[in-house]
Amino acid sequence: MTSQGIILSGLDGDRTWRLADYVKRGGYDALKKIIAEKIPADQIISEVKKSALRGRGGAGFPTGLKWSFMPRAFPGAKYIACNSDEGEPGTFKDRDILRYNPHTVIEGMIIAGYAMGCERGYNYIHGEIFEVYERFEEALQEAREAGLLGNNILGSDFSFDLFAHHGYGAYICGEETALLESIEGKKGQPRFKPPFPASFGLYGKPTTINNTETFASIPYIIREGGDAFLALGKPNNGGTKLFSVSGHVNKPGNYEIPLGTPFSTLLEMAGGVRGGRKLKAVIPGGSSAPVLPASVMMDCTMDYDSISKGGSMLGSGAVIVMDETTCMVKALERLSYFYFEESCGQCTPCREGTGWLYRVVHRIENGLGRPDDLDLLNSVTANIMGRTICALGDAASMPVQSFVKHFGDEFAFHIEHKKCLVPKDVQHEGSKIYVA
Amino acid sequence: MLEIEIDGKQLQVPDGSTVMEAANQVGAYVPHFCYHKKLSIAANCRMCLVQVEKAPKPLPACATPVTNGMKVWTHSEQAVKAQKGVMEFLLINHPLDCPICDQGGECQLQDLSVGYGGVQSRYEEEKRVVSNKDLGPLVSTDMTRCINCTRCVRFTTEIAGLMELGQAFRGEHAEIMPFVEKTIETELSGNIIDLCPVGALTSKPFRFGARAWEMSRRKSVSPHDSLGSNLVVQIKNDQVKRVLPLENEDVNECWLSDKDRFSYEALASGERLTKPMIKQGGQWAETDWATALEYVANGLKSIAAEHGAASIGALVSPHSTLEELELAQTLVRGIGSGNIDFRLRQSDFSADGKREGAPWLGMPVSKIGSLDRLFVVGSFFRKDHPLIAQRVRQAAKRGLKVNALNPAFDDWQLPVTNALKVKPSEMASSLLAVLKSLIDISGEAYNGEYAAALAAVSVDPAARAIAESLASGRRSAVWLGNLAEQHKDAATLHALAQEIARVAKASFGIVGEAANSVGGYLVNAIPAAGKGLNAAQMLSAPLKAYVLLNVEPELDSAAGSSALRTLAKAEMVAVLSAFKSAAALEYADVMLPVAPFTETAGTYVNCEGRAQSFYAVVKPRGEARPAWKVLKVIGDMLGLEGFSVDSVEDVRKRVLRTDGNVDQSKLGNAVHGIEVKLGTVSGKLERVSDVPIYFADPIARRSAPLQQTTDAAEPQARVSKATLAQIGVDVGARVKVASAEGAVVVTLVEDAGVADGCVRLAAAHVLTAPLGALNGEVSVERV
Amino acid sequence: MLSPESLKKIDREIAKYPPDQKQSASMGALRIAQEEKGWLANETIEFVAEYLGMPAIAVYEVASFYNMYDLAPVGAKKITVCTNLPCALSGGVHAADYIKKKLGIDFNETTADGQFTLKEGECMGACGDAPVLLVNNHRMCSWMTEEKIDQLLADLKK
Repeated sequence: MTSQGIILSGLDGDRTWRLADYVKRGGYDALKKIIAEKIPADQIISEVKKSALRGRGGAGFPTGLKWSFMPRAFPGAKYIACNSDEGEPGTFKDRDILRYNPHTVIEGMIIAGYAMGCERGYNYIHGEIFEVYERFEEALQEAREAGLLGNNILGSDFSFDLFAHHGYGAYICGEETALLESIEGKKGQPRFKPPFPASFGLYGKPTTINNTETFASIPYIIREGGDAFLALGKPNNGGTKLFSVSGHVNKPGNYEIPLGTPFSTLLEMAGGVRGGRKLKAVIPGGSSAPVLPASVMMDCTMDYDSISKGGSMLGSGAVIVMDETTCMVKALERLSYFYFEESCGQCTPCREGTGWLYRVVHRIENGLGRPDDLDLLNSVTANIMGRTICALGDAASMPVQSFVKHFGDEFAFHIEHKKCLVPKDVQHEGSKIYVA
Repeated sequence: MLEIEIDGKQLQVPDGSTVMEAANQVGAYVPHFCYHKKLSIAANCRMCLVQVEKAPKPLPACATPVTNGMKVWTHSEQAVKAQKGVMEFLLINHPLDCPICDQGGECQLQDLSVGYGGVQSRYEEEKRVVSNKDLGPLVSTDMTRCINCTRCVRFTTEIAGLMELGQAFRGEHAEIMPFVEKTIETELSGNIIDLCPVGALTSKPFRFGARAWEMSRRKSVSPHDSLGSNLVVQIKNDQVKRVLPLENEDVNECWLSDKDRFSYEALASGERLTKPMIKQGGQWAETDWATALEYVANGLKSIAAEHGAASIGALVSPHSTLEELELAQTLVRGIGSGNIDFRLRQSDFSADGKREGAPWLGMPVSKIGSLDRLFVVGSFFRKDHPLIAQRVRQAAKRGLKVNALNPAFDDWQLPVTNALKVKPSEMASSLLAVLKSLIDISGEAYNGEYAAALAAVSVDPAARAIAESLASGRRSAVWLGNLAEQHKDAATLHALAQEIARVAKASFGIVGEAANSVGGYLVNAIPAAGKGLNAAQMLSAPLKAYVLLNVEPELDSAAGSSALRTLAKAEMVAVLSAFKSAAALEYADVMLPVAPFTETAGTYVNCEGRAQSFYAVVKPRGEARPAWKVLKVIGDMLGLEGFSVDSVEDVRKRVLRTDGNVDQSKLGNAVHGIEVKLGTVSGKLERVSDVPIYFADPIARRSAPLQQTTDAAEPQARVSKATLAQIGVDVGARVKVASAEGAVVVTLVEDAGVADGCVRLAAAHVLTAPLGALNGEVSVERV
Repeated sequence: MLSPESLKKIDREIAKYPPDQKQSASMGALRIAQEEKGWLANETIEFVAEYLGMPAIAVYEVASFYNMYDLAPVGAKKITVCTNLPCALSGGVHAADYIKKKLGIDFNETTADGQFTLKEGECMGACGDAPVLLVNNHRMCSWMTEEKIDQLLADLKK
């Protein structure tokens, strides 16, 4: 965990997640300022707009704009939801935020509730990090006891309460409407949009959903101003961002750096490629983002625009590093299995298509590939993409398309020679990929 | 209104329309599977993807709202490419078993695959296999064929009111199922067969009975409940193979109850009466029609001569056609008797002669959806009127508040805002209490008939809540159900409910027991005041001769087994029936095989006063003949007037207007001069009887698949926890339930829906027939 | 069916949601029920459904949709190893293989003594800690080298 930023900085000791520790770091100052100065909601939203904060969950949608969609005057219940259902392979930043700095998320959500006129919020936490869920429940209790949550927060006429809801093993719940369904106690099957959550969200009421890191950025923006946050990054890409670096690096972990930092710098921070080997490929934004060959990646800076220009997506900021010993067919096979396993089964192209993709990649990997399999993969992905209810169809397709596009030779070799282009003895022990 | 262009055609659609609705309006067919106009939108099959101007990707027509100025192409290259892509996905795991699939020939997937499917599959892996589910005796499953459109799941949740099916597991492993080891129990279950766009859910009774294209389709009308659902009867080799709904938005929409759909199985039952029979010297012998008819005509003539015409009576079923009922009453009155009745389960006839017209629903069925308040008095609403309850269920989602007064409730699968549960003997007092509250709320001086009765009644909060609900409505209705009509103080309940409706400015109606309950009144198949005997009278004091038309009195009347003792004393009992029952073989002297609804032309007048005529769809079985013809011949043989009819239309013309409709002025629920009788509360247990949905008429009770459902389970004595304690017998014990008429032994179960001090025990069953009256005092003791 | 302690926990879950949205607690209730019973038998699911006023099939949908609910009995210790790509690149599969060898079982199998069940997991959101595994759903173990696996199994056997 290395931070040149605002969320994971100054976290020393093993009590950083406690309220007292957070307050010492300036925690809840933003909320107190809002309450004391009775800052109008509109002003908060315009500050967030000014910061150019973009959603940290993967889509990169401008947060201030999202908040302004909320019908503030809508009578009756309105909700805030935090998406901590972090299960995109490669992504593990929200876990650290919640582990070490949960109150910044709580404060961010309270401010969001204030700005959007909501009385209730839920933080949806990935089931597999249950200890983090329990810790978050404790943090909520601390906040409640300190008068920071509940009725008449800090003696004002503003009331807001916040609860934690845990997932229990379904990647799809990271999709915001599936997450809402899940909070409603149902299967996490995404809803067709429109209507969007801002008009028909949790329990059919207006709801705004943001990522953990997004909410965690809010206190800083209010405390220091939107301009200050913007200045940490680059135009249209405000702030610092957490990058989760995994795979073949010497120091996997979370790195909070200004948006726009060159990839090469990030790679260096992560200790470089393990064993000093050559970089082969990088998935720069979580497993759903197209893979980029080393040559393209080394020219990119870590921000939404640059990665997009390079042909991929910054996504959730999950950087999966693969060195020269990696078999790209095997790597894709594992990812395809993941999407097949995690498809919710609701809509046809994804339910049927993800299994098809996996089976074709699987047979290529196992020496049973056919000459027209790459065309078939491209055709099946084309039939999935843009035809599904949610983005999982695209997420399952983009890796396939990009792996075939950039590493087609390797696939063709597998098909032709029934074996791997990367010699067995080169595939070192630690990078072996098996699929059940 | 919004402007939209679809495939180059301009049109205007109301705000909130979807692209699918707009496309339907211009006749542009958009292929689809999961979309159904009566169900919520799932958008999961993705077959209806269409091209929309400025949209980067194709959008599902079913779920995409029309925006002003939108341009849509349903068959452009982009749209068709998307549709074909989806079709390929649907087919990769779908078995190629069309030749042995009952859905073959009427399968949406098969039809659309012709237009959108490939010639050969590019999917060469093993196909998915899904285990079949036991959904009970009516619906057969082949789940490997399922395309997960979830129409069936949405149907049980949204239309039937209880989620009995779900989509469990996920991804490729997703499968439709009931909760493990459960079947589905809704009385509307057959509709999921129609809804299933593939052969995953098919009719179990029909299974492998015929191919879709071998059958001809004929229109008909259901002979069971008072709705008169429209039917498509499918025929092969002059046999009814299957019954499907004929869509009629004003009546049954696109639905059928399981009773409407599966009762046809009785028509091929071994109990069909197919030849005229005469009992001679205690022995039954088949005979020819001429002999049998002569026997009946001579019998009637000689009994009339010997004992007077008043010693002859006719009991006719309210499931008979209008024409049959008309000729039956013509026959009885022609002979000189006034003894005819179709209200077999009724026990209070004191409103006779005080009615303004034929009792009816008081409003069109199609307007139920716009009600905002409803008060149902005395009804096993959901099972007695499955599709009317379904309409109320949908209306409840739009804000209709339902109130009910009953001695026993079962789950209506719709929100009942105020459920007032009292003993049968307390129902009149409860209605008075509601009336009193209503008057109170209105603040106006009361100048109605019941001032004296009102003074004595005290109002409890439950009655007050119902009054407040009704008073706050703008489109309210008060309905009497079958239980209220069968109540021993039915006239009092009628009068008070009528007064409640008047004060609440609500529409007032009677939901009606049977397919022709309204028709029976229209043709006067009831005794005129002082000029004849009603059903109860005919069945309590023996007459010399009886004509029974489609009636099995021990099950179809309030007299129960005592009817058999009465009939046994008659000199002649002529039975006109489609079935020969063991009981009839005992009491009857002559049996004439008459045609059930599928084998005759006729008319039913449903609860809203809608006359629905139909033709025979198959030839009468054996030597059975349409009952109207049999009655005509008997009338002719007796030289009576009114029988010079050559066709069923000739009979119909006498009853209906020339356009074939009911003269609406003959409908009317008002009663006048009813003396209000408040039940005396004795402290003894009171019987509450439902007429279970599949025991209600001779056809339904002979449908083997319906008899295998949980709704056809053997009757049990159901009591509340408090009553259980009062009786001092354990749940599950065998108990003797005794009435003034007789006693039966049944199992005792606890039922929180039953009012304290009551025993709910179903009628219309052989087991409970000895108890006679549907209500009244009973005792319960352990055996 | 469930202990008073479990019911109290379930009530606390119910209290998190608006009063007319009891069904929101289904996930929490199933988790609590599973903690007590070890796995979710049909009776348990039916009980939860009744407790929350839901149709049984609706609760079954939930129980069968989310991976961490077990619809069949599992060993006293359920070990779930992540083998997804980022973990696999850092030895996740190797860790799984090592556990298979040590316990003599494959994925989705239980040791003869009923002590251990091994499952293959999907992304747990802890890729930086690879190899990672979960013990009984809730305890996450990071950087699972062979030595650490030895230690863990020894501790769990105690």
